[in-house]
Amino acid sequence: MDNDISKQERWQPSLKSYIVGFILSIVLTLAAYFLVVEHMLTGLALVASIAFLAVLQIVVQLLFFLHLGKDENAYWDLHVFFFMLSVVLVLVFGSIWIMYHLNYSMKI
Amino acid sequence: MTEHAEIQREVHSKTVLGFWVYVMTDCVLFATLFATYAVLHGNTFGGPSAKELFSASFALGETLILLTSSFTCGLAMLAAYRAKKEQMLAWFGITFLLGCAFLGMELHEFSDFVKEGNSWQRSGFLSSFFTLVGTHGVHITCGLIWMAVMMIQVGIRGIKPVNFKRLACLSLFWHFLDVVWILIFTIVYLMGVVNG
Amino acid sequence: MFGKLGLDSFTRNPIEFGAGISMVMAALAAISFLFYFKRWKWLGKEWLTSLDPKKIGVMYVVVTAIMLFKGLIDAVMMRAQQAVSVGDSYGYLASDHFQQIFSAHGATMIFFVGMGVVFGMMNLIIPLQIGARDVAFPFLNSLGFWLFAVGALLLNISLIIGEFSGAGWLGYPPLTSMEYNPGVGVDYWIWTLQVAGVGSLISGINFLVTILKMRCPGMTLMKMPIFVWSCLCCLILIIFAFPILTATLAMLSLDRFLGMHFFSASFGGNPMMFVNLIWAWGHPEVYILIFPAFGIFSEIVATFSRKYLFGYVSMVWALAAITALSFIVWLHHFFTMGSGASVNAFFGIMTMLIAVPTGVKMFNWIFTMVRGKVYLATPMLWFLGFASNFTIGGMTGVLMSVPAVDFQVHNSLFLIAHFHSVIIGGVLFGFFAGFTYWFPKFFGFKLNEKLGRYAFWYWMIGFLAAFMPLYVLGLMGATRRLDHYDHASGWQPLYVLAAVGVLLIMIGVAFQVLQIIISIRDRKKNLDTTGDPWDGRTLEWSTTSPPPFYNFAITPEVNERDPFWIKKQSGREQAKKEYKDIHMPKNTPMGLFIAGCALIFSFSMIWQIFWLAGVGALGALVLLIIHLSDDDTDYYVTVSEIEQIENRI
Repeated sequence: MDNDISKQERWQPSLKSYIVGFILSIVLTLAAYFLVVEHMLTGLALVASIAFLAVLQIVVQLLFFLHLGKDENAYWDLHVFFFMLSVVLVLVFGSIWIMYHLNYSMKI
Repeated sequence: MTEHAEIQREVHSKTVLGFWVYVMTDCVLFATLFATYAVLHGNTFGGPSAKELFSASFALGETLILLTSSFTCGLAMLAAYRAKKEQMLAWFGITFLLGCAFLGMELHEFSDFVKEGNSWQRSGFLSSFFTLVGTHGVHITCGLIWMAVMMIQVGIRGIKPVNFKRLACLSLFWHFLDVVWILIFTIVYLMGVVNG
Repeated sequence: MFGKLGLDSFTRNPIEFGAGISMVMAALAAISFLFYFKRWKWLGKEWLTSLDPKKIGVMYVVVTAIMLFKGLIDAVMMRAQQAVSVGDSYGYLASDHFQQIFSAHGATMIFFVGMGVVFGMMNLIIPLQIGARDVAFPFLNSLGFWLFAVGALLLNISLIIGEFSGAGWLGYPPLTSMEYNPGVGVDYWIWTLQVAGVGSLISGINFLVTILKMRCPGMTLMKMPIFVWSCLCCLILIIFAFPILTATLAMLSLDRFLGMHFFSASFGGNPMMFVNLIWAWGHPEVYILIFPAFGIFSEIVATFSRKYLFGYVSMVWALAAITALSFIVWLHHFFTMGSGASVNAFFGIMTMLIAVPTGVKMFNWIFTMVRGKVYLATPMLWFLGFASNFTIGGMTGVLMSVPAVDFQVHNSLFLIAHFHSVIIGGVLFGFFAGFTYWFPKFFGFKLNEKLGRYAFWYWMIGFLAAFMPLYVLGLMGATRRLDHYDHASGWQPLYVLAAVGVLLIMIGVAFQVLQIIISIRDRKKNLDTTGDPWDGRTLEWSTTSPPPFYNFAITPEVNERDPFWIKKQSGREQAKKEYKDIHMPKNTPMGLFIAGCALIFSFSMIWQIFWLAGVGALGALVLLIIHLSDDDTDYYVTVSEIEQIENRI
């Protein structure tokens, strides 16, 4: 009974994926941290860099920890994921845009 | 494969997809809180700003702990796939402890702020901070409760298809919480310390 | 010990008191019937613990019908007030009572009629139309329903204990902050919506996975009935919009309960952010309400024109386009809040665009009828009513999408007439059409046609009389939610006409009730013996009326659209296949119990009985863990049992 899952022919994650993902994530986290703390960049360049590092780490974790696009539901997982991403981007940046204009016009 | 096993496999597939869809809805929930934080983070109402309050090194500590717990959770799932019950329980145990450490650090940070008079009632900025990070903390708490229940369940019943799918969902949840934390670490703590 | 709850919390106002008493009497009558006819066990086994989507769908429709009745009474009360409250007369309703009525009317109609229709129809029709036996997550489906029912109950409890919010169906802060509304009304509103909202999200996830994963062999996405496509797009909207509502209401609660400052007028809060977020949910919500109705009409028009739906592919693209666009138009609900020209222009243009795919759909329905053998049964009458009323509403929507025009008519009765045109003309007429169309399938006998026609005509004429005057009033400057106005405005005759309209609608409702009673009386004469009373096209008509609990003894296999129609045309008998064990879920009371804990929790939060709230929350958590740890939740219907049932049919 205990061996049911391991005997089934389904995709399984590998140890390698977790180790690679872990190391990459640590590197990206420390990189962002030191960029900020050691003031290696400033202003827009700094913000853009740490944002980029964050996006990169998210992609790493999506691929190496969450195995997005690998298991049997990959097609729908990806569709729902990209739809979510669109909604989130519209909601966050739309709200920022709208509220910025509202605050400007309504002097709050 | 027998018919019934085929059906069990379908159930696993549907459950994991359904849980992924739930995780996507949780992303929208967090997005709403992030949007609110983005709009309110400058509204300090004379109180302290992010730059004055947050410690990047403390947040780094929390980040590395949570990241490691995400890794150990992955190792636990590997053990589960290979039907190695004791190994799985050990790795989930470590994940659980790391999760508790993370939560402890977060509560410590929160209580320090409150003691200094910088609670969620101080300003719009602090309300949105406590709610965004606190909601993540509530999710972590739920994940820890779930982990404890699963460890007991697997300890007693062993790893079977019917609870394997629950473990798969739990690990999805735990990894997702680490992904959200990357965004919190970057947007709230790192950018906070930079811009104020 | 009991928080803010005390003996003086019970309603004193005579009208509310009367309403509350009638509700309690009706509930007591129902309970007495159950005792008298000894039907408790039947109720529990067949309905309350059932995970059969057909049963859950019927329960949704029952709750929806009750809430529709309550919402219509609210409407009658408002029309009566506004018809007489002119000059020296202040009508019969006090201002704060009037405010509670319009707030409850809106909350009831959107959350408990609109969403009830959406999930009721999904439960009843989706599994049958995709050739499935069940939904993906039967327990979650049940939990979603019971949370919906608890939300409805909570709203009704506010009639007896405490009061409801007077801040509108979408209560904006700072009015809804603790400072300006310290009573329990706003909290009732928050928790009613939260509980129902969580139920909607859970059910939404369930049906999305059902459609994606449980279609019968051969049914690719482009071979699904358009009703299922409409629901799929609706579900995408549900799962991505409802979390926004949950988060926003939560933030308002935190402002009220924990003294936070998200939306407060000072301390760095920003009340405009609430408006922004709530409409980021609110706009997708209105498309959530209308999509299933679009789908219902697609089915009905095709069936009663005895033709394939015109332009299936363009219908799908139109649905997809509306789905995507509905996430980028939300600011049109607050053009006047002051974001300025560039923001308003963008959202105005996006709003105009969304009318295009909607128009495509309308033309497709009409083209389906062209050169078809059109038979105007009652469902088709509802379609014709929809075609005119919804179109009027849609056109006025496009009118208002121009920001400059909206500045004139925002929050006037023109707006009210617009959204009632689309919601009544669309959602409600769609519900009535679907109800008359699919009733025989689930109850085994047809509804009385003549009474159905009378009901339709009274609704149609009543709707026009009730809402066309409102367009005029809006253009004359009448704002919404007014409980008194001057003679000099010249508005009264139009308000009186609107009141007459609502009375005609109530006569229509009376005919609908009569139709059900008479049809039940005459059911033996109108039995649906074939399972296909309308010469239908889709898979649900291939089952008996009503279907067996597992829907299909043998999972159908399809090759094209309108598979049942094809099967009938070709006269081919599907090669007899062997029965296999059918996997079904066991009944469980857990959905009901967990929702019961949610009721205790939310009621206690409203009245600030925090120890009891903790009990409720803990109870829900414990029960959830117990049920989700249960390994014995399903069973198999064996081949011999299937043979017995099929031979009896």
